[in-house]
Amino acid sequence: MLKYLLEKEFKQFIRNPILPRLVFFMPVLMLLVMPWAADMTTKNVNLVVVDQDHTTYSNRLVEKATSSDYFIMAGNAGSYEEAMQQIEIGDADVILEIPHNFERDLKKSGISEVLISANTVNGTKGSLGSGYLSQITADFARELAAESGRTATVDIRTPQLDVIPNIRYNPTMDYKKFMVPAFMVMLATLICGFLPALNIVMEKEAGTIEQINVTPIPKTTFILAKLIPFWIMGLIVISLSLVIAWLVYGIVPAGSLLSVYVGFAIYVVALSGFGIVISNYSSTMQQAMFVMFFFMIIFILMSGLFTPVSSMPDWAQKLTLLNPLRYFIQIMRSIFFKASTIANLWTDYIALVAFALFSNIWAVVSYRKSS
Amino acid sequence: MKQFFAFVQKEFYHIFRDRRTMLILLAMPVVLIILFGFAITTEVNNVRLGVYAPSQDEMTRRITERFASNRYFEIVSIVKSRDQSDEIYRNNEADLVVVFEQDFQNNLMHTGSGAVQLIVDGSEPNTASLMQNYATSVLSQFQSEMTSTLPSRTGSFTIIPQVKLLYNPQMKSSYNFVPGVMGLILILICAMMTSISIVREKERGTMEVLLVSPMRPIGIILAKVVPYFCLSIVNVITILVLAVFVLGVPMAGSIFWIMILSLVYIFVALALGITISSLVDNQVGAMLASAMGLMMPVMVLSGMIFPIENMPAILQWLSTIIPARWYITGIKKIMIEGLPLEYFAKELLILCIMGAVLITVSLKLFKNRLE
Amino acid sequence: MNMENNIVIHTDKLTKKFGDFTAVDHISFDVAQGEIFGFLGANGAGKTTAMRMLCGLSKPTSGKGTVAGFDVYTQSEDIKKNIGYMSQKFSLYEDLKVWENIRLFGGIYGMNDKQIAEGTDRMLESLDFTQERDTLVKALPLGWKQKLAFSLAIFHHPKIVFLDEPTGGVDPATRRKFWELIYDAAEDGITVFVTTHYMDEAEYCNRVSIMVDGRIDALDSPSNLKKQYCADSMDEVFTKLARKAQRTGD
Repeated sequence: MLKYLLEKEFKQFIRNPILPRLVFFMPVLMLLVMPWAADMTTKNVNLVVVDQDHTTYSNRLVEKATSSDYFIMAGNAGSYEEAMQQIEIGDADVILEIPHNFERDLKKSGISEVLISANTVNGTKGSLGSGYLSQITADFARELAAESGRTATVDIRTPQLDVIPNIRYNPTMDYKKFMVPAFMVMLATLICGFLPALNIVMEKEAGTIEQINVTPIPKTTFILAKLIPFWIMGLIVISLSLVIAWLVYGIVPAGSLLSVYVGFAIYVVALSGFGIVISNYSSTMQQAMFVMFFFMIIFILMSGLFTPVSSMPDWAQKLTLLNPLRYFIQIMRSIFFKASTIANLWTDYIALVAFALFSNIWAVVSYRKSS
Repeated sequence: MKQFFAFVQKEFYHIFRDRRTMLILLAMPVVLIILFGFAITTEVNNVRLGVYAPSQDEMTRRITERFASNRYFEIVSIVKSRDQSDEIYRNNEADLVVVFEQDFQNNLMHTGSGAVQLIVDGSEPNTASLMQNYATSVLSQFQSEMTSTLPSRTGSFTIIPQVKLLYNPQMKSSYNFVPGVMGLILILICAMMTSISIVREKERGTMEVLLVSPMRPIGIILAKVVPYFCLSIVNVITILVLAVFVLGVPMAGSIFWIMILSLVYIFVALALGITISSLVDNQVGAMLASAMGLMMPVMVLSGMIFPIENMPAILQWLSTIIPARWYITGIKKIMIEGLPLEYFAKELLILCIMGAVLITVSLKLFKNRLE
Repeated sequence: MNMENNIVIHTDKLTKKFGDFTAVDHISFDVAQGEIFGFLGANGAGKTTAMRMLCGLSKPTSGKGTVAGFDVYTQSEDIKKNIGYMSQKFSLYEDLKVWENIRLFGGIYGMNDKQIAEGTDRMLESLDFTQERDTLVKALPLGWKQKLAFSLAIFHHPKIVFLDEPTGGVDPATRRKFWELIYDAAEDGITVFVTTHYMDEAEYCNRVSIMVDGRIDALDSPSNLKKQYCADSMDEVFTKLARKAQRTGD
């Protein structure tokens, strides 16, 4: 019986004027365009300098700041007010103000100060900008110390902590590398979430569901026939996106491809089951669409896809435990970057399996053949 | 006029009948504001730290304590061997591992230099730089205290950076998101809902019935649009009230202009919805067109999540035709920075032009289809 | 002939309420095997609801009912194995071809590929449809669609076929042909349970029941009913009965 129903689903899918194209073009479009747009690296922090001192030291500090990779010189301003205006029209993000007597104080007492003002409407930019600037001034102070140390007595060695940063997994700090696996997850989420959510409602609106309900077909068979095409479709989409990631960005998972596929398979099953649940409870496509949309937004935002889960407050972190996307993102990123294995991530896999069981059983139970 | 109101009333009935969809439309902004305001942050805190200190001496203990008492760090594991750090990463147990060299204290005291390696999980570049910044500053603080306890102070230079964060001193990322949430919700309601509900009438054949009524076609479309217009205004107000009273976003600029700008934007979005509805014939098509053609670009290209300046030129250029981009920038300027009209006149003007062009096009399309 | 053994539909005070509204109000009747049983009533009289209960699409609120010997409360899936159904709203898959629809429903009723292939040929031939085998259903004219839907409803040789206003929106000539199909089915021993509001069609039935406001007000053969109500046509019988109705059609 399942065979005939599956035949029907596939034929309907192929004949649909939109869906086959969607399943092919969406991964292509999304993976070709989105990673370029989704670059959150904070570069191009625009710096405006208010130099009240105009001395060798102040010039050197400004030189040091502007020659670093982080900052782009947006201009000099005569006064703090003038600099503020540049911030207001959006030309500058950070102000560095070097006070009068900067050099004199340093030479005299070894202590001086600078004023850093950062526009934090964009929080990351503001904090990174001011962070970098503080680091640069600290470096500058050390430079001065080293210079004077050379001239002074060399007897007393100041113990130095030698900090060696070692950026693992993404040493080139490439944002695309971080986002590509995320967009694969998002693709799978959109396709295997929305299409099943619309599917049964579509039959409800067309009236064909009635003809099915009056046949002796078991619920489980019917739902299974609805789900299997989405599982296959999901895996095609994923394979397609893995190929694009490899060809276009040279991104391949550091871990095994098998564990990627196992993860995807479970996730796709879990999510399409959830889509069918929504479809079962909806009476119009508009309704199904908006309900799904609502859950999607919450799932995506609360998954760690864009922002770290660990920074969320406790209650929110607890809520994310109910979000299948969270586990899946974790799985994907760990495999892509850290070569984690299923053994390393077994708790996440188990959580996904639990979701898959739960949503699919619910999908069968909530499908009613009679009212 | 009486006819017109009868039509408007009918549209309201449609919306009120479908409780679930309406509930979601009204709850969506609330949920988004709460999530963005309280749960989601691009800030990095709770960095999970692993420590590897083979020498187990006084110095490493003191530095470890420093990390433990810092609010950004949480020591999750004391690593037993260098190799173990890989395993810790694969299991997703730590974000940063501090590795002290062999005989750390000894080297520091006798050769004047002790090496500390910071192994950072660099999958996400921003988080990686921030974590590295935090860790470096813990270490350099320790360094400067160590230096100041030494007998000689010759050659020591300190520049104290006074950091001042503008507009958003607590650095809540939420400020940034409020205009984005408004841009997203309004597109969702106006463009998506309108296009779907118009297409639905076409699909069901009820559009024919409406068109043979004495009402002019323009009137029918306007009547369809009025309820969504009202819903949008309710949403704008909800978001503003929540932003001010729940998130404590300072309403720096004039509410009057926020409303004006929002009205223009709503108008643009409605025109977009009508345009879509005259281009497609079925609900699935309308949904996909609005989801792919509007939602994605709004989320990705409008600068709501990802900074526009990081995008390649072609995408930056593309983003200029997205109304949400101008709306979000404009609202940021008014609401958060409190700037007067001359600063956001450009955005307002662009939106007005877009609105005028779109409404002309959409009505023309609608008429063409009738003939 | 032993009537008891040949009863295929039996209801006793079958009732369906939606909240305060009683859509079907204590209806009791029996239908014998091979009968063409007409179920008449104005729009909103409760015909479709009653039929949906018998098909296992809707659970009754109270009363008893058996279809093909199975209970409507507990054995609805067994009932479904023994019936065919054609709804008021055309509900074959429009985006499937003619043979694909046949194959789907044949498969659902447990026929194998060979049986389906043979059945398809036979059916298309008898309908004179062979050239439309590969046509998408949505491209067929309404009358053809309805003939196809009916043939599909009896494709698996059910004991009973339920037809919910099968000839709505079809011209008289096509309707006549449609009824020929119904007679053929009845001759094969299939019981036909048909709702309609075309009174001329009522004349074709062996027996008719007339529903008013959820109750069955009259039940007999068309000729007896005409006698009983001193009417020339079923139309007149119906008008006399329907005058009492409180509900307005939807």
